[in-house]
Amino acid sequence: MTGVPFDLQLLNLCAALLLLLSFAMLTQRRIVNLVNLLAVQGSVLFIATLLIAWRTHQAHLYLSAALTLGLKVMLLPYLLHRLIRRLEVYWDAEPLLNVAGTMLIGVLIVVFSFGLAQPISALASTATRNAIGIAVAVVLLSFLTMITRRKAMSQVVGFLSMENGLFFGAMSATYGMPMVVEFGVALDVLVAVLVLGIFFFQIREQFDSLDLHHLESLREDAVAERRE
Amino acid sequence: MIALLHSPLDACLTLLALWGLIGLAGLLRPRSLRYVGRTLFPLGALCAAALAVVAFTSLSAPPERAVLIVGLPDLPMHLRRDALSSLFLFMLGAASAGISVFAAGYFRRGHGTSAGLLCLQYHLFLASMGLVLLADDAYAFMVAWETMALSSYFLVTTQHGLGEIRRAGFLYLLIAHVGAIAILLAFGVMQGGSWQFTFDAMRQAHLRPVWASVAFLLALVGFGAKAGLVPLHVWLPEAHPAAPSPVSALMSGVMLKTAVYGVLRVSFDLLGGPQSSWGLVALAVGLFSALYGVVFAAAQTDMKRLLAWSSIENVGIIFTGLGLAFVFRGVGMRGLAALALIAVLYHALNHSFMKSLLFCGTGAVLHSTGERNLGRLGGLIRHMPWVAWLSLIGALALAGLPPLNGFVSEWLLLQAFLFAHQVPQTFVNMLLPLGAALVALAAALAAYVMVKFYGVIFLGQPREATLLRAHDANVLERIGLVWLALGCVTLGLVPAQVVAALRTVVRQVAHVDLPNPTAPWWLLEPLPGRQASYSGLAFFVAVTTVVLLTIFGVRLFYHRRVRHAAPWDCGFARLDARMQDSAEGFGQPIRHIFEPFFAMQRELPSPFDRAPRYRVFIGDRIWQRLYEPLGSLVQKVADTFAVLQQGRIATYLLYSFITLVALLAVVL
Amino acid sequence: MKPIEVITQLLELIVALAAAPLFVGWINQCRAWLQNRSAPSLWLPYRGIRKLFHKDAVIAADASRLFRLAPYIVFGAMVVAAGIIPSMGTRLPLTQVADAIALVGLLATARVFMSLAAMDIGTAFGTLGARREMMVGFLAEPALLMVIFVASLISATTALPAITEHLATQTLGLYPSLAFTAVAFLMVLLAENARIPVDNPATHLELTMIHEAMMLEYSARHLALMEWAAALKLFNYACIGFALFIPWGLSTRESAPVALLASIPVLAAKLAVAGALLAVLETVSAKLRVFRAPEFLATAFLFAVLGLLVHLLLRV
Repeated sequence: MTGVPFDLQLLNLCAALLLLLSFAMLTQRRIVNLVNLLAVQGSVLFIATLLIAWRTHQAHLYLSAALTLGLKVMLLPYLLHRLIRRLEVYWDAEPLLNVAGTMLIGVLIVVFSFGLAQPISALASTATRNAIGIAVAVVLLSFLTMITRRKAMSQVVGFLSMENGLFFGAMSATYGMPMVVEFGVALDVLVAVLVLGIFFFQIREQFDSLDLHHLESLREDAVAERRE
Repeated sequence: MIALLHSPLDACLTLLALWGLIGLAGLLRPRSLRYVGRTLFPLGALCAAALAVVAFTSLSAPPERAVLIVGLPDLPMHLRRDALSSLFLFMLGAASAGISVFAAGYFRRGHGTSAGLLCLQYHLFLASMGLVLLADDAYAFMVAWETMALSSYFLVTTQHGLGEIRRAGFLYLLIAHVGAIAILLAFGVMQGGSWQFTFDAMRQAHLRPVWASVAFLLALVGFGAKAGLVPLHVWLPEAHPAAPSPVSALMSGVMLKTAVYGVLRVSFDLLGGPQSSWGLVALAVGLFSALYGVVFAAAQTDMKRLLAWSSIENVGIIFTGLGLAFVFRGVGMRGLAALALIAVLYHALNHSFMKSLLFCGTGAVLHSTGERNLGRLGGLIRHMPWVAWLSLIGALALAGLPPLNGFVSEWLLLQAFLFAHQVPQTFVNMLLPLGAALVALAAALAAYVMVKFYGVIFLGQPREATLLRAHDANVLERIGLVWLALGCVTLGLVPAQVVAALRTVVRQVAHVDLPNPTAPWWLLEPLPGRQASYSGLAFFVAVTTVVLLTIFGVRLFYHRRVRHAAPWDCGFARLDARMQDSAEGFGQPIRHIFEPFFAMQRELPSPFDRAPRYRVFIGDRIWQRLYEPLGSLVQKVADTFAVLQQGRIATYLLYSFITLVALLAVVL
Repeated sequence: MKPIEVITQLLELIVALAAAPLFVGWINQCRAWLQNRSAPSLWLPYRGIRKLFHKDAVIAADASRLFRLAPYIVFGAMVVAAGIIPSMGTRLPLTQVADAIALVGLLATARVFMSLAAMDIGTAFGTLGARREMMVGFLAEPALLMVIFVASLISATTALPAITEHLATQTLGLYPSLAFTAVAFLMVLLAENARIPVDNPATHLELTMIHEAMMLEYSARHLALMEWAAALKLFNYACIGFALFIPWGLSTRESAPVALLASIPVLAAKLAVAGALLAVLETVSAKLRVFRAPEFLATAFLFAVLGLLVHLLLRV
């Protein structure tokens, strides 16, 4: 590996850190830690965006980096922490599959994403095209996080992590999305978190718990039975 | 006489015929143990040793053919001996020489079958295995294969008075025949329209890739059933403990390898070269078998079942290497295919010695203590030193520790995996290094299993008072064990020579080769220029030198005074032998970590029991999910067809009438 | 074999034998400083070993010959391992005989003999220790093999000196795959050498012991050899870590023979920093429950596999 410029090395490091963080989120059971990992993921994205902005001299990417910092590193984690405190949900219940099984499936997903991304990387023209595979892997791993969790809060974190992965994919494949799209997506994510917060209160009112198994019963009398 | 020996093939056939004669000679005086044990079995061992010598010297000889006018008219038996047959014949001869000598001292009065009949079945088993390795057409192959299955069935059910042994034999025969049907179908596909079932016709029939894959899959199922691949493995943990120990040794050590020979013959020779997709199938099945086998071995409480599951693990590793070789050959990486294939053949050779040694050791233990259950053994190293120290060599070899032979084949396999990322296919080149991780895990678990096996049987305190009267093996048993242990040690100390011999086999059969070695004779360097080398002999010398220097140094500068006292009991004076780790206890971490593999049922005691008991039944999930539903399905189908059996003669006459009318309508 | 190679080999062995107890003493000192205690002398381990050699050996009455032979075999295995690892130079003739995979096999041999000897006496503690040690071992060994696999992939060989030379001559930069495998290696080092968070080397409670439980029956010269072997094992692991991740400062094929002498202070500096780091790690972590240890090691395995996949994808 001779002569790779330093900023590209840093970008590769950021990509590897993103992958590591998604794995860490897969196995974390404390919801407070999940949100903190999400914040760290946001900051890694911020650094990556800054590096790409510096490398390609595109001014709008600085704006995008600032948006990432404001939204993903500061605002959203703050909102989520507030929700956690008010809902008093600190721990997730036992995940659907045990830790070892989840990690095994995670590794298989990573291999699948890497294999999938290799022909796509050949078509892209950016310097960071090798990292597309990592972006796909982050998206799929976040999806897996959403599937294997029982508390609604962890699923929201998984959803946000998926959006992070998509953002990183766009960054590495095409050096960022058009600013209109970015603003739109950021607004959507913010609104989604606010609405979901309200939703969680309603769920807790109804079932006295945020465990999503309670949402599975589709009929009224089954719900009444469970509450007795 | 000389004319009979002028070619290696004739010599092999003569020795096989001699085995048959020895077997028949056992019928002359069937009840005399002295005659059978002291004369016939050692003679059989001599024939085996001669076979090993003939096979070894003919490794580099060109292939030769013969036709035996035995069998049906117009359907003679074609025979052919090439390098692959010679290698497996060497394995058969060398391993069975040691096992036959052991068996000579092992068989005693009290078994179900009489000694003479046992002699016939045993030598017929050996001769049929030899014939399988020499067969050159489907007819001879299937005749020999069936003889092998039948004679081993009778050997497994030696103690046919016990119901569980009969049941184990039945299961064995059932799966052997399922496999035989699959092999027959594979031959049917491979003849490719010429309706000639000689192997030469199959070599010249060029099948389309789809049909070649079908033939390979059928062969994999058929030979995999005999080798014990998951999910067709269920007969192994039942049949091996049921059979007498020399028979288990022969089955595990040699019979499983004939199945590997079958797969090699079909894929490299008859089908003209493997496709890489076959390699992925073999790899997946092999890795799963390896992991499944070793995890179950760690949870066993019967010493022979533990060794049987360990055989399943080793067969899995062999098929993993085979899959890797197929992948490499399929994409055209010939040097690496040679490396993987040599690792496979080396492991097969190693396993036949290691496993036979351990099975014979357990046979000696069973004889002297009458116990198979690990929970009633212990501390036998003091009463049976010969068996204990020779079994230690076997256990260390099976655990894959240098400088013994188990390590060398693992080293070669891992070296082959190191280059797997160069395969040009996208997903494959990332999945294969993960396969290396699983092989490493299986190898580490094998060490765990061997520590459990050796530690619970031979070390520690005796768990039953009767063990204090255990006696060591007799002379013949000792000679057999020493022979097998010497095989293990030799294969570990001179790996470069073994690899050189295996290169001739691989060159002739698969047309791939390693580059010529540039290293000295005591160093194994399969791929010169990669700087990866290993020397068993030098390693052994280095470690022994340091150990001896340490011992002498300590004695020179200090002293060797020793006092004996009671062991550390942490202040609890009533420490007894029952407080040692039992076999269940030693396997508990594995049961805890790999819980999804097992179907466990626990009986827990309650605080109100007068005689509290804890029981755990460990079942095979594959048996519960695959075989039991299949069995009940077959039963249901059979029951619906039982409607046809009315029992009334008029109905049967009606069936014959309908058939006759239908045939007349068709013909006219 | 050139004379410089023989000298390098012998010097490495002597330095390993001499410096291993000092390394353990240094770690104990750092730990004492971090815990605000006054530290024992740096030379205490040496005095301990010397004292033990003079004592009479007290052996259980039922011990077999395997028990009496095991300390010598374990010690011998660790010494040969010290000869294979390039701690001061890469011109080692012994590495032709055993490469990195054989090194892992050698460590496994030591572990198996320790466990067998522990089972030989037949008390509850020995067999418990053996069972736990094999449990830690069967997960740590694949993780270690994976770490070596990644390094071998990068350098296209499994001979440790060649790996070290290749990694030393690579351009300086950030290699995520090596970073991941470094974390995995650190976790394996903690597990295999019976350090917190897997095992407490200073514990006196038999039911919490893993490594110490196997040493309960040894005394005098056997205990001295086992302790020395344990110190050598930690030294060897540290040197493997240096060879793979901090490979600079060794006397390589191209450098002058005087570089061999210069490598001694470099090694001393590396060991000092590594010892301090290990002491910090031990002080901030708590000991895990025994059945969390497999999860710990599975995480190490995962890190190694991630490093492998990242290398295959990003080629870094």
